Amino acid sequence: MSTLILKTEGDTHVVVTRRFAAPQEAVYRAHTDPKIIQKWLLGPDGWTMPICINEARPGGTIRYEWTNGKGDGFHLTGEYLELEPYSRIVHVERMHLPGPTPDNYVETRFDADGTGTLMTLRMTLPDAQTRAAMLATGMERGMEASYVRLEGMI
Amino acid sequence: MQSNLDAAFSALADPTRRALLIRLAKGEATVTELAEPFEMTQPAISQHLKVLEDAGLVVRRVEGTTRPRRLAKAGTGPIDQWLAMLRKGLEKNYDRLDEVLTSMEQPKIKRGEKR
Repeated sequence: MSTLILKTEGDTHVVVTRRFAAPQEAVYRAHTDPKIIQKWLLGPDGWTMPICINEARPGGTIRYEWTNGKGDGFHLTGEYLELEPYSRIVHVERMHLPGPTPDNYVETRFDADGTGTLMTLRMTLPDAQTRAAMLATGMERGMEASYVRLEGMI
Repeated sequence: MQSNLDAAFSALADPTRRALLIRLAKGEATVTELAEPFEMTQPAISQHLKVLEDAGLVVRRVEGTTRPRRLAKAGTGPIDQWLAMLRKGLEKNYDRLDEVLTSMEQPKIKRGEKR
Protein backbone atom coordinates (compact mmCIF):
# COMPACT_ATOMS: atom_id res chain seq x y z
CA MET A 1 0.00 0.00 0.00
CA SER A 2 1.43 3.33 -1.04
CA THR A 3 1.28 6.68 0.70
CA LEU A 4 -0.94 9.38 -0.68
CA ILE A 5 0.37 12.92 -0.48
CA LEU A 6 -2.16 15.73 -0.62
CA LYS A 7 -1.28 19.39 -0.37
CA THR A 8 -2.44 22.83 -1.39
CA GLU A 9 -0.22 24.81 -3.76
CA GLY A 10 -0.40 28.55 -4.41
CA ASP A 11 -3.87 30.07 -4.08
CA THR A 12 -5.88 27.85 -6.40
CA HIS A 13 -4.32 24.37 -6.58
CA VAL A 14 -4.70 21.10 -4.72
CA VAL A 15 -2.07 18.50 -5.64
CA VAL A 16 -2.32 14.76 -4.96
CA THR A 17 0.46 12.23 -5.59
CA ARG A 18 0.24 8.45 -5.26
CA ARG A 19 2.39 5.54 -6.48
CA PHE A 20 0.92 2.36 -7.98
CA ALA A 21 2.63 -1.00 -8.41
CA ALA A 22 1.45 -1.31 -12.01
CA PRO A 23 2.64 0.00 -15.38
CA GLN A 24 1.49 3.38 -16.75
CA GLU A 25 -0.81 1.75 -19.31
CA ALA A 26 -2.77 -0.16 -16.65
CA VAL A 27 -3.17 2.89 -14.39
CA TYR A 28 -4.24 5.02 -17.37
CA ARG A 29 -6.80 2.41 -18.45
CA ALA A 30 -8.16 2.23 -14.89
CA HIS A 31 -8.88 5.97 -15.17
CA THR A 32 -10.52 5.89 -18.62
CA ASP A 33 -12.39 2.55 -18.89
CA PRO A 34 -15.90 2.90 -17.37
CA LYS A 35 -16.06 -0.81 -16.42
CA ILE A 36 -12.86 -0.43 -14.37
CA ILE A 37 -13.76 3.01 -12.93
CA GLN A 38 -16.98 1.53 -11.50
CA LYS A 39 -14.88 -0.85 -9.43
CA TRP A 40 -12.87 1.73 -7.51
CA LEU A 41 -14.03 5.37 -7.80
CA LEU A 42 -16.66 4.90 -5.10
CA GLY A 43 -15.77 7.04 -2.08
CA PRO A 44 -16.88 5.75 1.33
CA ASP A 45 -17.85 2.11 1.89
CA GLY A 46 -21.43 1.31 0.91
CA TRP A 47 -21.56 3.52 -2.18
CA THR A 48 -21.80 2.29 -5.77
CA MET A 49 -21.66 3.98 -9.19
CA PRO A 50 -24.58 2.61 -11.25
CA ILE A 51 -24.00 5.10 -14.08
CA CYS A 52 -20.53 5.68 -15.49
CA ILE A 53 -20.13 7.49 -18.79
CA ASN A 54 -16.52 8.09 -19.76
CA GLU A 55 -15.79 9.02 -23.38
CA ALA A 56 -12.00 9.14 -23.36
CA ARG A 57 -11.41 11.51 -26.29
CA PRO A 58 -10.96 15.30 -26.43
CA GLY A 59 -14.42 16.85 -25.95
CA GLY A 60 -15.76 13.52 -24.63
CA THR A 61 -18.34 13.48 -21.85
CA ILE A 62 -17.81 12.34 -18.27
CA ARG A 63 -20.78 11.54 -16.05
CA TYR A 64 -20.58 9.60 -12.80
CA GLU A 65 -23.63 8.91 -10.64
CA TRP A 66 -23.22 7.53 -7.12
CA THR A 67 -25.81 6.09 -4.75
CA ASN A 68 -25.73 4.57 -1.28
CA GLY A 69 -28.80 2.42 -2.02
CA LYS A 70 -30.78 4.27 0.67
CA GLY A 71 -32.10 7.05 -1.53
CA ASP A 72 -29.05 9.30 -1.25
CA GLY A 73 -27.02 10.14 -4.31
CA PHE A 74 -25.15 12.79 -6.23
CA HIS A 75 -23.44 13.08 -9.56
CA LEU A 76 -20.47 14.61 -11.30
CA THR A 77 -20.28 15.86 -14.88
CA GLY A 78 -17.25 16.83 -16.91
CA GLU A 79 -15.53 16.97 -20.27
CA TYR A 80 -12.19 15.71 -21.51
CA LEU A 81 -9.85 18.40 -22.84
CA GLU A 82 -6.61 16.54 -23.64
CA LEU A 83 -5.50 12.90 -23.60
CA GLU A 84 -1.97 11.60 -24.12
CA PRO A 85 -2.03 7.81 -23.71
CA TYR A 86 -0.66 6.62 -21.27
CA SER A 87 0.93 9.63 -19.61
CA ARG A 88 -1.49 12.54 -19.26
CA ILE A 89 -5.18 13.40 -18.99
CA VAL A 90 -6.67 16.89 -18.71
CA HIS A 91 -10.36 17.22 -17.89
CA VAL A 92 -12.76 19.59 -16.22
CA GLU A 93 -15.33 18.41 -13.66
CA ARG A 94 -17.99 19.72 -11.34
CA MET A 95 -20.07 18.10 -8.63
CA HIS A 96 -23.85 18.52 -8.50
CA LEU A 97 -24.99 18.75 -4.89
CA PRO A 98 -27.53 19.32 -6.53
CA GLY A 99 -26.36 22.78 -7.77
CA PRO A 100 -23.09 22.62 -9.71
CA THR A 101 -19.85 23.50 -7.93
CA PRO A 102 -17.41 25.77 -9.81
CA ASP A 103 -15.39 24.02 -12.52
CA ASN A 104 -12.38 22.11 -11.27
CA TYR A 105 -9.64 21.68 -13.92
CA VAL A 106 -7.75 18.47 -13.31
CA GLU A 107 -4.46 17.44 -14.90
CA THR A 108 -3.55 13.82 -14.18
CA ARG A 109 -0.01 12.69 -15.01
CA PHE A 110 1.25 9.11 -15.02
CA ASP A 111 5.04 8.84 -14.90
CA ALA A 112 7.02 5.61 -14.97
CA ASP A 113 8.61 5.00 -11.57
CA GLY A 114 10.72 1.85 -11.59
CA THR A 115 8.30 -0.99 -12.31
CA GLY A 116 5.38 1.12 -11.11
CA THR A 117 3.70 4.42 -11.88
CA LEU A 118 3.73 7.73 -10.07
CA MET A 119 0.43 9.55 -10.46
CA THR A 120 0.28 13.33 -9.97
CA LEU A 121 -3.18 14.84 -9.89
CA ARG A 122 -3.30 18.61 -9.96
CA MET A 123 -6.62 20.36 -9.40
CA THR A 124 -7.01 24.01 -10.36
CA LEU A 125 -9.96 25.95 -9.01
CA PRO A 126 -11.07 29.14 -10.80
CA ASP A 127 -9.76 31.48 -8.10
CA ALA A 128 -8.56 31.69 -4.51
CA GLN A 129 -12.11 32.46 -3.31
CA THR A 130 -13.49 29.25 -4.80
CA ARG A 131 -10.79 27.11 -3.24
CA ALA A 132 -11.27 28.93 0.06
CA ALA A 133 -15.03 28.33 -0.17
CA MET A 134 -14.36 24.66 -0.89
CA LEU A 135 -12.04 24.49 2.11
CA ALA A 136 -14.50 26.40 4.29
CA THR A 137 -17.42 24.15 3.26
CA GLY A 138 -15.42 21.04 4.04
CA MET A 139 -14.25 22.58 7.26
CA GLU A 140 -17.77 23.46 8.34
CA ARG A 141 -18.87 19.88 7.71
CA GLY A 142 -15.88 18.50 9.58
CA MET A 143 -16.67 20.77 12.48
CA GLU A 144 -20.32 19.81 12.45
CA ALA A 145 -19.26 16.18 12.66
CA SER A 146 -16.97 17.05 15.58
CA TYR A 147 -19.77 18.96 17.22
CA VAL A 148 -22.20 16.07 16.80
CA ARG A 149 -19.59 13.75 18.36
CA LEU A 150 -19.15 16.24 21.18
CA GLU A 151 -22.91 16.32 21.80
CA GLY A 152 -22.93 12.54 21.86
CA MET A 153 -20.32 12.55 24.62
CA ILE A 154 -22.20 14.93 26.91
CA MET B 1 -2.12 17.31 24.29
CA GLN B 2 -5.41 16.21 25.85
CA SER B 3 -6.02 19.71 27.23
CA ASN B 4 -5.31 21.15 23.76
CA LEU B 5 -7.93 18.83 22.30
CA ASP B 6 -10.42 19.75 25.01
CA ALA B 7 -9.77 23.45 24.39
CA ALA B 8 -10.21 22.94 20.63
CA PHE B 9 -13.46 21.02 21.10
CA SER B 10 -14.96 23.58 23.45
CA ALA B 11 -13.78 26.42 21.19
CA LEU B 12 -15.60 24.77 18.27
CA ALA B 13 -18.76 24.24 20.29
CA ASP B 14 -19.97 27.75 19.53
CA PRO B 15 -21.56 28.89 16.25
CA THR B 16 -19.99 32.37 16.34
CA ARG B 17 -16.50 30.92 16.77
CA ARG B 18 -17.12 28.43 13.94
CA ALA B 19 -18.26 31.31 11.72
CA LEU B 20 -15.11 33.26 12.63
CA LEU B 21 -12.94 30.30 11.60
CA ILE B 22 -14.79 29.95 8.31
CA ARG B 23 -14.19 33.65 7.65
CA LEU B 24 -10.49 33.26 8.52
CA ALA B 25 -10.22 30.30 6.13
CA LYS B 26 -10.65 32.92 3.40
CA GLY B 27 -7.69 34.92 4.66
CA GLU B 28 -6.26 37.09 7.41
CA ALA B 29 -8.60 39.69 8.89
CA THR B 30 -8.65 42.41 11.53
CA VAL B 31 -11.10 42.40 14.45
CA THR B 32 -13.07 45.19 12.75
CA GLU B 33 -13.42 43.12 9.57
CA LEU B 34 -14.32 40.01 11.57
CA ALA B 35 -16.95 41.83 13.63
CA GLU B 36 -18.67 43.34 10.60
CA PRO B 37 -21.09 40.49 9.71
CA PHE B 38 -22.09 39.91 13.35
CA GLU B 39 -24.54 41.79 15.53
CA MET B 40 -21.93 41.90 18.25
CA THR B 41 -19.56 44.42 19.72
CA GLN B 42 -15.86 44.26 18.90
CA PRO B 43 -14.98 43.37 22.53
CA ALA B 44 -17.38 40.39 22.30
CA ILE B 45 -15.68 39.27 19.06
CA SER B 46 -12.26 39.78 20.67
CA GLN B 47 -13.36 37.53 23.52
CA HIS B 48 -14.32 34.77 21.05
CA LEU B 49 -11.00 35.24 19.24
CA LYS B 50 -9.15 34.84 22.53
CA VAL B 51 -10.84 31.46 23.08
CA LEU B 52 -9.79 30.41 19.56
CA GLU B 53 -6.22 31.62 20.19
CA ASP B 54 -6.00 29.79 23.52
CA ALA B 55 -7.16 26.63 21.71
CA GLY B 56 -4.33 27.07 19.20
CA LEU B 57 -6.71 27.47 16.25
CA VAL B 58 -5.99 31.13 15.51
CA VAL B 59 -2.84 33.27 15.74
CA ARG B 60 -2.36 37.03 15.71
CA ARG B 61 0.41 39.29 14.51
CA VAL B 62 1.18 42.96 15.12
CA GLU B 63 0.78 45.44 12.27
CA GLY B 64 0.91 49.05 13.44
CA THR B 65 -2.07 49.53 15.72
CA THR B 66 -3.98 46.47 14.41
CA ARG B 67 -3.64 42.80 15.35
CA PRO B 68 -4.74 40.83 12.28
CA ARG B 69 -5.78 37.23 12.98
CA ARG B 70 -5.27 34.20 10.79
CA LEU B 71 -5.77 30.46 11.08
CA ALA B 72 -2.98 28.66 12.93
CA LYS B 73 -0.81 26.57 10.63
CA ALA B 74 -0.46 23.69 13.12
CA GLY B 75 -1.38 20.18 12.01
CA THR B 76 -4.64 20.39 13.95
CA GLY B 77 -5.83 23.46 12.04
CA PRO B 78 -9.25 23.21 10.42
CA ILE B 79 -7.82 23.27 6.88
CA ASP B 80 -5.55 20.38 7.76
CA GLN B 81 -8.57 18.58 9.15
CA TRP B 82 -10.39 19.12 5.88
CA LEU B 83 -7.37 17.93 3.91
CA ALA B 84 -7.25 14.87 6.16
CA MET B 85 -10.91 14.14 5.35
CA LEU B 86 -10.31 14.51 1.62
CA ARG B 87 -7.21 12.36 1.94
CA LYS B 88 -9.22 9.64 3.66
CA GLY B 89 -11.73 9.49 0.80
CA LEU B 90 -9.00 9.42 -1.84
CA GLU B 91 -7.00 6.80 0.05
CA LYS B 92 -10.06 4.53 0.08
CA ASN B 93 -10.44 4.90 -3.70
CA TYR B 94 -6.78 4.32 -4.48
CA ASP B 95 -6.49 1.33 -2.13
CA ARG B 96 -9.38 -0.16 -4.11
CA LEU B 97 -7.57 0.74 -7.34
CA ASP B 98 -4.49 -1.16 -6.08
CA GLU B 99 -6.64 -4.30 -5.90
CA VAL B 100 -8.15 -3.67 -9.34
CA LEU B 101 -4.66 -3.20 -10.83
CA THR B 102 -3.49 -6.43 -9.21
CA SER B 103 -6.35 -8.32 -10.86
CA MET B 104 -5.52 -6.65 -14.21
CA GLU B 105 -1.93 -7.90 -13.86
CA GLN B 106 -2.95 -11.55 -13.49
CA PRO B 107 -2.78 -12.52 -17.20
CA LYS B 108 0.90 -11.50 -17.21
CA ILE B 109 1.65 -13.72 -14.21
CA LYS B 110 -0.01 -16.62 -16.04
CA ARG B 111 2.19 -16.02 -19.10
CA GLY B 112 5.23 -16.19 -16.84
CA GLU B 113 4.21 -19.52 -15.34
CA LYS B 114 6.06 -22.72 -16.11
CA ARG B 115 4.44 -24.89 -18.74
